[in-house]
Amino acid sequence: MTSARHTGTASPSSLRLVLTLAIAGLISGVAIIGIYESTLPTITANKARELREAVFKVLPAVSQMQALVHRDGELVAAEAVAKDEPVVYGGYDENGGFVGYAIPGAGPGFQDTIGLLYGYTPDQKLVVGMEVLESRETPGLGDKIYKDADFVAGFSALSIEPEITAVKSGTKSQPNEIDAITGATISSKAVVRIINETHADWTQRLPPPGAEPRLTETEPAGPEVER
Amino acid sequence: MKKNESYEEFIKGIWRDNPVFVQVLGMCPMLAVTNSAVNAIAMGLATFFVLVGSSFLVSSFRNWIPKQVRISCFIIIIATFVTVADYTLLALVPTVHKELGAFIPLIVANCMILGRQEAFASRYPTRLAVMDAMGMASGFMLALFSLGAIREILGDGALFGMNLFGTNFEPWIIMILPPGGFLTLGVILLFFNWFKLKKDEFLAEVAEAERSSR
Repeated sequence: MTSARHTGTASPSSLRLVLTLAIAGLISGVAIIGIYESTLPTITANKARELREAVFKVLPAVSQMQALVHRDGELVAAEAVAKDEPVVYGGYDENGGFVGYAIPGAGPGFQDTIGLLYGYTPDQKLVVGMEVLESRETPGLGDKIYKDADFVAGFSALSIEPEITAVKSGTKSQPNEIDAITGATISSKAVVRIINETHADWTQRLPPPGAEPRLTETEPAGPEVER
Repeated sequence: MKKNESYEEFIKGIWRDNPVFVQVLGMCPMLAVTNSAVNAIAMGLATFFVLVGSSFLVSSFRNWIPKQVRISCFIIIIATFVTVADYTLLALVPTVHKELGAFIPLIVANCMILGRQEAFASRYPTRLAVMDAMGMASGFMLALFSLGAIREILGDGALFGMNLFGTNFEPWIIMILPPGGFLTLGVILLFFNWFKLKKDEFLAEVAEAERSSR
C-alpha cells in the first residue's frame, strides 16, 4: 500500500461505497442481459441443429422428424416440449412414412453422465444407430465409445430382444451381442446398459408397429427455433 | 522513452515475469484444459479477452473506485467479461465450449487476473495497464499452448487434430490424463529455473570479467 490513494486518511462515506457497488452491479447486469439476449437465438439454433443431425445419423434413410411425447396413455406429436418431459423423436422418410424412433437416454458412465441417442425400428425390433451426445469419459480410453468407428458401427443392426449384451471383444456370436472395447469395458457396458434401461422404460409406451403417430403437416418439428 | 516503457510492460509478461512459468499463477486452468492444443488456445483467447478488458476498465476507473470496495468492483468487472466470453464461445464454437466446460466460468477465479488488477491496473495509466495485460495474457496463452501442444503430440500423436506419426505411433495416454499435465509442467518449470540459474551465473561472470579488466 504505497500510493497516496491507498493510505488516504479521509475514508469515503458509506453511501459512496454502496453507490459505487450498486452502479457497478447495474452496468454489469445490463451487459450480461445484453450478451444473453444477443447470443440466445444462435445457441438455441445450434442445439436444435445438433439434435436434428444426431437424429438423422442414428436413423438411416430419414429426412423428416418430429418430437413425440407420451400424454394420456398415447404417443402424440408435440408442438412444444416442456423441460424434463420425456421425449422421443419420430423419423420419417420423404413421403412421410414412418421409419423409426430416435430415443434419447442418459445414465452414469465411468466419469460422469453419458447422454446418447439411439435409433430404433419397432417393426424389426432393431437398434439401427447410436450417437453419444454428451460424455466426459477418459480421453484415449473411455472416449472410444464415440471415437471407435467399429464400436459405433456395431449398433447399426443390433437386436434388442431380450436385451443387448456386451461381450469380450471379438466374441460376438448372437444378433443381440456387441463387442466391448478393449480398455474401455466399463464405458462400453455403460452405453449398453443405458440403451437397455431406456428401452425397457419406453417399450410399454410405444404404440404397436404400424400405429405410430403420423407426421404432422407443420414441418419443421421438434424444438426448432425460427430465426 | 515512452514507447520503450510500454514495450517493456508488454514483453515482461511473456518471458521475464511469465505468469505461469515464473509466477506460477493460474495453475487450475493450466493443468485442466491443456490436453489438446485447440483447447489451450481457446482458453488462452478467453483469458486474454477477460484480462485485457478488465485491466482497461479498472485502470480507467481507478480514481473513482474507493479502496474499501476495490476488490468487489474488480470481481464485478471480471465476472461480467467472463460471462460475455462464456456466451460468445457457446454461440460461436459450441464444440470447444463443451470441451472446456466449467473452466470458462472459472476464469473469474484465475488469481492471475485479479492479481494484475490489484498489482498493476489499479495503479498505472490505462495505456500501460493495457500493455501489461496484453503481455501477461500472451504469456499465459504461450504457456497454455506449449503445454497443450506437448501433451497432444505425446498423448495423441497429433497436433490440432492432425495425425503426425502415422499408425505406428503408440500414444502415451497418460499425457492427456491429469498426471501428464503435472509431468509436463514440472519439466518446463525445471527448464525455466535451470535457464535462470545459467543466466545469473553468466551475468556474474561477465560482471567479474569487467571488474578485473578495469
